[in-house]
Amino acid sequence: MPIEPIIKILFIFSVMVMGLAPIITWIERKQSAVMQDRIGANRADLNGITILGLLHPAADVIKLMMKEDMVPEGANRVMHMLSPLIAAVPAIMAFAVIPFGGVYVFGDTTLNLVGADIDWGLLYIFVLGSIAAYGNVVAGWSSNNNWSMLGGLRASAQMISYEVTMGLTIVGIFMVFQTLRLSDMALAQDTSFRVLGFLDVHFGLNWAWIDWIRLPAWGIIYQPLGFLMFLTAVMAENKRPPFDLPEGESEIIAGYHLEYSGMRFGLFFMSEFIEIILIAALTTTLFLGGWAVPWLSTETIINGISSVMGTGFATGLCILIHFVSFLLKVIFMIWVQMLIRWSLPRFRYDQVMSLCWKILLPLSIANIFVTGAVLLWVKG
Amino acid sequence: MTAETILFYVFAGLAVISALGMVLNTRNTVASALSLVVTMVSLGAIYLLLEAYLVAALQIMVYGGAIVVLFLFVVMLLNLSTDEFPPGRQRLIKSAFVIAGVAILIQILIAMGNDPLFATPPEAVPEGYGGYRQVGIQLYTDYVLLVEMASLLLLAAIVGALILAKRKID
Amino acid sequence: MLPMDHVIALSAILFTIGVLGVATRRNLIVILMSIELMLNAVNLAFVGFNRIWSQTDGVAAIDGQIFVLMVIAVAASEVAVGLGILLAMFRNRDSVNVEEVNLLKW
Repeated sequence: MPIEPIIKILFIFSVMVMGLAPIITWIERKQSAVMQDRIGANRADLNGITILGLLHPAADVIKLMMKEDMVPEGANRVMHMLSPLIAAVPAIMAFAVIPFGGVYVFGDTTLNLVGADIDWGLLYIFVLGSIAAYGNVVAGWSSNNNWSMLGGLRASAQMISYEVTMGLTIVGIFMVFQTLRLSDMALAQDTSFRVLGFLDVHFGLNWAWIDWIRLPAWGIIYQPLGFLMFLTAVMAENKRPPFDLPEGESEIIAGYHLEYSGMRFGLFFMSEFIEIILIAALTTTLFLGGWAVPWLSTETIINGISSVMGTGFATGLCILIHFVSFLLKVIFMIWVQMLIRWSLPRFRYDQVMSLCWKILLPLSIANIFVTGAVLLWVKG
Repeated sequence: MTAETILFYVFAGLAVISALGMVLNTRNTVASALSLVVTMVSLGAIYLLLEAYLVAALQIMVYGGAIVVLFLFVVMLLNLSTDEFPPGRQRLIKSAFVIAGVAILIQILIAMGNDPLFATPPEAVPEGYGGYRQVGIQLYTDYVLLVEMASLLLLAAIVGALILAKRKID
Repeated sequence: MLPMDHVIALSAILFTIGVLGVATRRNLIVILMSIELMLNAVNLAFVGFNRIWSQTDGVAAIDGQIFVLMVIAVAASEVAVGLGILLAMFRNRDSVNVEEVNLLKW
C-alpha cells in the first residue's frame, strides 16, 4: 500500500480545501466590513466567546446542513442533485498538480511535495476548468426556472469565452519556462538574476556591486502583462464580482443557483471559495515563484542552516520555510482577489464580452508575439 | 487483468451507453448533449490509457469544454429542450439504415477478430510519446502546411458562422 | 496493456451509433452531435493505431495524434458553421426538424 500519496492527498485536502476555504468566508466578511467601515462578523458565539467572528464558518455549515434540501417542481431531479458536485469536484481535483514545496533529499530517499507530478500539469488544470463549467450550466437548466436558465446561459457563454483567453494569456509563461510541469516552473523561479547583468556581459564592466542588485526570477517579472491578463481571465472564469453576471442578483435574482438550498447551495458557494484558493495557488506557482523564498535559493537555505544544525534538520526546516512562504503568497493573492471583489461594481454583459474578445485576446496574442521575439533575441 | 484494462472496459462501457443515450433520447435535447459530454470525457480517459496525453487533454478541453457547451448554449438560447416531432414518413428507409449499419458493424468486428495485427500486444512506447513537446515539434516542422490550412479553415468557419448567425447583414 | 482490438472495436461501435443517429433522428442538433460522435470514433481509431505503430527505429512516431488535432480543428469549424445554419433555420422555420427543410428536394 503506497502510504506517501495518501498522506499528500490528506494534507492537501485538509489544509488547502477544508482548512482554508471556511476561513476565506470569514476573510471575505471581515474584508468587506473593513472596506465599508463596519465591524463585520462577530455575533456567532459560544458562551460569549467569539474569537473575532471565526465561529461564523461553523455556524454557516450547521445552518446549511439543517436546511431543507428542496428540488423544485418539474426539475430534472438527477441533474439538479448532481450539478453542485460537477462544480465542486474539479476545483478540488486541480490541487493535485500544485506544488507546495520542492524536491528534497533525505539521505537516499527523495521527497517531492506535489500530489501528482505530471508532465502536462497546467493542461490538467485547464481540462478540469472546462469540466467545471458544466456545473453551472446544468444547474441552470435542470432547475426548471427561467432565471436559472438565463444564469446558465450567461455562465456558458462567459466561461467558454474566458477559457480561450485564459489559455492564451499564459502561453508567454510556457515560452519563458519551456515547460508545462508546475513543479519545474516553481523550481525555475527558485533563483534570482542580476538586473544590470548586461553591463557585465555586453560591456565588460565587471564592477562588484552589479552582483548585488538582484531580482527574484519570478514569472511576474518576465511577464507582467501576462500576470494582469491571467488574473483578469481567471477571476472572470470564477464568476465572482465584478464578473458575477451568471448570478447577477439585481437582474436575474441569483442565476443558476436560484433554486438551490441547504448544503447543495453550500457546495456551489464552497466551490467558488475553493476556486479562489486555486486561483491564488496557481498564480503563485506561475507568477510569484511558488514555494520559493525571494533572494534565497533552496541551496542557500539548506547550506546556511546545516552548517549550524546538520543536514537532515536543515532540510526539514527548509520544507517548513518553503511551505510557509507558499502559504503566505497564497493568502496574499486571496487578499488581492477580495480587494478587487469589494472594490469594483458589476460589469454589463456586453462589457464582459468585449473585455474578453476585444481587449484581452488581442493583447494576449501581442504578448505571445513580443515574448517570442525577445526570447529569440536573447537566446539566439 | 491489469488495472488499466479494467479501467478501459469501464470507460468503453460508459462511452457506448452514453452514446446510445444521446441517439435514443428523443424527448430531451439537453440530456442528449449531456450524454455526449460523458462520451467525450470517457474517450479522453481512454486516450490517457493509450498514453496520448496531449490529445486526451485537448479532447476534453475542446470537445467537452467548448463544442458541447456551444451546443448547450444554442439549445438553451432557442429553448429547444423538448423535442417532440410528429412521426416521420420514411420509416422503412430508416429501419433499412439501422439494419445495414449493424450488419456492417458485425462484419467489421468479425474481420478484426481474425486480423494478425492484434495478435501481439503493442510494444512499450518510446520516450516522449504523446507529450506536448514531441507533438509540437512535429506540428511545426513536418506538418506546418497542415497547421496553416487548419488556421485558414478556422478563419473561414468564423466568417461563415458570423454571416449565418447575423440577423441583418449590412 | 490494453487489448488493442477492443479499442478499435469500440471505435467501430461508436461510429455506427453516430451513423444511426444521423440516419434516424430529425432534430438538427442531435444530427450535428451524431456527426461529432463519428469524428470522435475516428479519432479513437487514429490514437489506437498510433499506439500500435508507436515508433520508427526507436523514435516516437505520433502522426496519428497530429491527425487527431486536425480532426479537432475540423470538428470545431464544422460545429461553428453547423450551429450558424441551425440558428438561421430556426429563425426562418421556427423549428429544427430537418424534414421541414425541403425546398431543394425537388
